[in-house]
Amino acid sequence: MNSHSILRVVAKFMIPFIFLYALYVQFHGDFGPGGGFQAGVIFAVGFILYALIYGIDEARRVLPAGLTRTLLSLGVLLYAGVGGLGIYLGGNFLNYSVLSSHPVSGQHLGIFLIEFGVGTTVAATMITIFFIFAGQDR
Amino acid sequence: MVAVAFAIARLRNLFTIVMLMGVFSLLSAVLYVLLSAVDVAFTEAAVGAGVSTLLVLGTIALTSERGDYTPEKFKVMPLLIVAATGVVLIYGTLDMPLYGDPDAPANKHVVPRYIEQSGAEIGVPNIVTSVLASYRGFDTLGEVVVIFTAAIGVLVLLGRGHNRWRPGMRAGVGAKREEEEV
Amino acid sequence: MAFPGLINYWIVVILMMTGFYIVISQGNLIKKIVGLNVFQVSVFVFYISMSKVFGGAAPILDDSIETYSNPLPHVLILTAIVVGVATTALGMALVVRIRDAYGTIEEDEIQRLEAEESEP
Repeated sequence: MNSHSILRVVAKFMIPFIFLYALYVQFHGDFGPGGGFQAGVIFAVGFILYALIYGIDEARRVLPAGLTRTLLSLGVLLYAGVGGLGIYLGGNFLNYSVLSSHPVSGQHLGIFLIEFGVGTTVAATMITIFFIFAGQDR
Repeated sequence: MVAVAFAIARLRNLFTIVMLMGVFSLLSAVLYVLLSAVDVAFTEAAVGAGVSTLLVLGTIALTSERGDYTPEKFKVMPLLIVAATGVVLIYGTLDMPLYGDPDAPANKHVVPRYIEQSGAEIGVPNIVTSVLASYRGFDTLGEVVVIFTAAIGVLVLLGRGHNRWRPGMRAGVGAKREEEEV
Repeated sequence: MAFPGLINYWIVVILMMTGFYIVISQGNLIKKIVGLNVFQVSVFVFYISMSKVFGGAAPILDDSIETYSNPLPHVLILTAIVVGVATTALGMALVVRIRDAYGTIEEDEIQRLEAEESEP
């Protein structure tokens, strides 16, 4: 795809906005439609677009395989870790009210953290799957 | 939407089918908006129409199948089975609550509590988020683990170091062994 | 019976049976997975249409809104969609591996090759 300069320029222009939108969806999920699942997918789509336009190798250079795999497990661990933290602080597993001095702000913090974990895992999963499928014919 | 589903059933060319699958996903996303499930519509539009289509396209590119070389033959048996099952299922729907009924059992059990209390208990305006992340946190943890497992499964199945079938190879079970012997 | 009545369930049944038909009648493994996807979407539509309440708004709290649609099925389906695409990916990976082993993804071809293998 190296010869399609229009595609390259437009993609370069769009990718930051895709990432920005993914972050908006991630952190605005409390107030409007959105959340970790959608944000993860949109974030992954940004990378997939990059890989489609600039080639898999280039995208792999930006985001090494080891990093996506680490992120993949870190997301799950963050989610479970927040649950475990609830036990440690004297509540039930995945009870966020104890995370902060005030139950409601604790819930806010907990939801924020686990949505972040969900988003990380989903994004890493989608990127991993795409790279594996697209990287087969080499 | 039903028409697109029928088209998928009848057509043989895989590429067309994948495109129709994307259309099908987008149509269902529109339907979800009409049924006031905005979160679901958002997910379906992002996942179903975007990533899923891309994935199937990738598989088609890998397997390089057109899917239309088998002779078209109309099979009666599957159609009979499907029709019989469909009739039984439609008979089953006759006792279901009507569309949009606020007193349907599905809208009764814990849901009023979610709607009335979540604002005070969780402090998050989007009820879907508060149910997803807080009330049903275990469930969501399980879903995330499922996604994680799927990624691991794909890594194991298609990761480095498996023999890829190439056009020069003899088609068949012995292909791998033959390559090793040579 | 008022207009929408039970029509949403019938549409679901029709979609579901279409998916079922694709799965059992087509030999191509990719088409089978597409059929499973159609089946899956029909289940999603079933849940979402159950959650609709007449005059209900999207379940985002606001002072000016009286009735909301049922948020619980939304949550279930939201996660199910993402899990669905992950399992689709797994199925596709299996298809690719089957193709690697047999050189085809048509079910009858695979069965023929298996038969040849077992009685040489």
